[in-house]
Amino acid sequence: MAKESTKRKASKKTTSENPTASPEELLQHYNDMLLIRRFEEKAGQLYGMGLIAGFCHLYIGQEAVVVGMQAAAKEGDSVVTSYRDHGHMLATGMEAKGVMAELTGRRTGYSKGKGGSMHMFSREKNFFGGHGIVGAQVPIGTGLAFAHKYKEDGGVCMAYFGDGASNQGQVFESFNMAALWKLPVVYVIENNRYGMGTSVKRASSNEELFSRGGAFGIPGVSVDGMDVLAVKEAGAKALEHARSGKGPYILGMQTYRYRGHSMSDPAKYRSREEVSKVRSERDPVDRVRQYILDANAADEDALKKIDADVKAVVSEAAEYAQQSPEPDLSELYTDILVEA
Amino acid sequence: MANQVLMPALSPTMTEGTLAKWLVSEGDAVQSGDVIAEIETDKATMELEAVDEGILGKIIVAEGSEGIAVNTPIAVIIEEGEDASAIEVSAPEPVAPATAVAEPAPAAAQPEAQIAAPISEEAYTGSTTSMTVREALRDAMAEEMRTDDTIFLMGEEVAEYQGAYKISQGLLEEFGEKRVIDTPITEHGFTGLSVGAAFGGLRPIVEFMTFNFAMQAMDQLINSAAKTLYMSGGQMGCPAVFRGANGAAAGVAAQHSQCYASWYAHVPGLKVISPYSGEDAKGLLKSAIRDPNPVIFLENEILYGQSFDVPDADDFTIPIGKSKIERSGTDVTLIAYSIMVGVALEAAETLASEGISAEVINLRTLRPLDIDTIVTSIKKTNRVVSVEEGWPVANIGSEIAAITMEHAFDYLDAPVSRVCGEDVPMPYARNLEAAALPNTEKVVTAAKAVCYR
Ligand SMILES: Cc1ncc(C[n+]2csc(CCOP(=O)(O)OP(=O)(O)O)c2C)c(N)n1
Ligand SMILES: [Mg+2]
Repeated sequence: MAKESTKRKASKKTTSENPTASPEELLQHYNDMLLIRRFEEKAGQLYGMGLIAGFCHLYIGQEAVVVGMQAAAKEGDSVVTSYRDHGHMLATGMEAKGVMAELTGRRTGYSKGKGGSMHMFSREKNFFGGHGIVGAQVPIGTGLAFAHKYKEDGGVCMAYFGDGASNQGQVFESFNMAALWKLPVVYVIENNRYGMGTSVKRASSNEELFSRGGAFGIPGVSVDGMDVLAVKEAGAKALEHARSGKGPYILGMQTYRYRGHSMSDPAKYRSREEVSKVRSERDPVDRVRQYILDANAADEDALKKIDADVKAVVSEAAEYAQQSPEPDLSELYTDILVEA
Repeated sequence: MANQVLMPALSPTMTEGTLAKWLVSEGDAVQSGDVIAEIETDKATMELEAVDEGILGKIIVAEGSEGIAVNTPIAVIIEEGEDASAIEVSAPEPVAPATAVAEPAPAAAQPEAQIAAPISEEAYTGSTTSMTVREALRDAMAEEMRTDDTIFLMGEEVAEYQGAYKISQGLLEEFGEKRVIDTPITEHGFTGLSVGAAFGGLRPIVEFMTFNFAMQAMDQLINSAAKTLYMSGGQMGCPAVFRGANGAAAGVAAQHSQCYASWYAHVPGLKVISPYSGEDAKGLLKSAIRDPNPVIFLENEILYGQSFDVPDADDFTIPIGKSKIERSGTDVTLIAYSIMVGVALEAAETLASEGISAEVINLRTLRPLDIDTIVTSIKKTNRVVSVEEGWPVANIGSEIAAITMEHAFDYLDAPVSRVCGEDVPMPYARNLEAAALPNTEKVVTAAKAVCYR
């Protein structure tokens, strides 16, 4: 089980010993994670073709984190994250078509083509972005939690941020306020080992990022972020803690980013072997696939069918994103202020 | 089914690249995610990963080929059992490249340095080398660091990664980790630390990956760096340089595309520089490092890769507070800084073909502004157009308008005109982004308007 940070022992990965999930749940997780993976691969391709501009940060390798958390979340919970956001949007139920069309800057995108990869939102799905400034989403997520508490709507905010972001001053200011006011927020640190080209070891004096709430009395645990069931289990506990009025909780997801930081990262700071080792030994999609086969939840044919369905959704999204028209020039001056 | 592998765009500014090496051969099996080739871009060597799985059926572009345009088919991946010889190589689909950003002004549009205003480079008769703005900035830092060991460079990814935009290439190797320091992503913290180090007798160069992130550090920049000399009655100054990319980049939307020039130019206690060419970059950065005050040094990402002739001499510097007349003319004065100098020069070319002689001033320093050069030019041409990427309200053009009123009111034949970024956050979509920024056409139109043509 997860280790409470107050004990401050080694930051060993914690994996659920006996993952329990129904066959339907397992298949759903597989589907959701695969959708993110295939979507991101397609986005990478479209970027390569010059159809996506600027920065494009892929989530490949980290799929289990957001899928596991969403599996534990309840209707009405809110989500906020960084620029590495495509996976979060898909996991909160936003449509692949609309996300891809935003990536290609078209009027049918979630931000009408005005936000791009790093800035997308869906009020309907309680997804509050998509933020380009490292760490900015942490106080924003704390504020979403403030609103949940104020409105007494029973919701919890999941504020996702990276290992690099965890060093930003505003993170600690947020921790203090969240603990002080017992705000219903779960801080999900996606520790993918690097902030751009800087490893955690080179940026953080205490590598056990999940323990950083200690000074504020915020419990934190380390979680195997490559195992969707471990994430779901830890997420459920953290969300329950926050929902019941006990205040914030920190989850340190041990995960890994397979691709470069953005599309233009030559990734010289880590070895090819390091990446292939994680891919072959800890891949989150392979893992859930194995769970399914071990539990006889489905056979290879059924999985192939899911593969094909997911591929179709992604192809359709890519097609839509290329066929949709650019925004009308009149959009340049819309959405700047709300008409009073 | 056969899938073509296309030459990918591996950065926001890449349009072509070199296929450096194939890591697989025809007939090899590939998995999605396998590295199949190495590609050299303008910035780095990148690995190309396969996105489809299958067999590498055919290599279309041989290794070592240079100048391969983005989207050119370079190989074909086939399914097991498929016949490679049956592959037809179809032409690439015509898709717009990601960087539909207007090709920046060619260096050729830059007139000879002799026309320049009276500044020290006038006297320079030594040799020059063509180099990119990126290299000029690096050389300026390296040369100064060699002469003064209190100078150090600090910022995100400046050391081991060689700079997010490769400006600090080679500096870690030459100066070691004591003087070239990677920081955590804590702008407010390391800016404050650098201010303290400057108070303590060191000369920090702080690199902001881009100035968008310096907003996190705004309090330390204004309240500590700029004001302390004054508050201490002149006892404690802050000899530091805060540098990085400013202004619009390509396709990175509102939070990563903003010009902060007028924000900093507003603040007493700071010097603010915004170079255009390689010579500007080198000569001004050296002056900034030597200056005993806090200097905000606003670079431009799109200019980093452009080449200019740069004086070789180690002691070549450009004075702070002096602008440069890049092109002389008699009918209208175009005043610009940073990348917009290139746009103004292009506009001057077009105007010349229509019989209007435009003088182009490259401001170089935004605080203190070179009022003399501006006013002298306006007294000659009687018409002025300012050109900048910043938003219209309270921008540098507003200041130029005010200066013109104060110093040359009686010489004006037309109201001052400002060409600037549209008054909106930067949109992502390519067409909207282009519409939001100034361009040659907008400058030409404005210049004609003040000439009543
Ligand atoms: C305040 C700020 N500083 C710097 C950047 C540039 N930047 C973008 S992402 C990044 C690394 C962040 O790493 P991490 O928090 O670990 O997230 P990951 O990218 O690994 O998901 C940096 C330095 C930024 N966007 N905002
Ligand atoms: Mg990270």
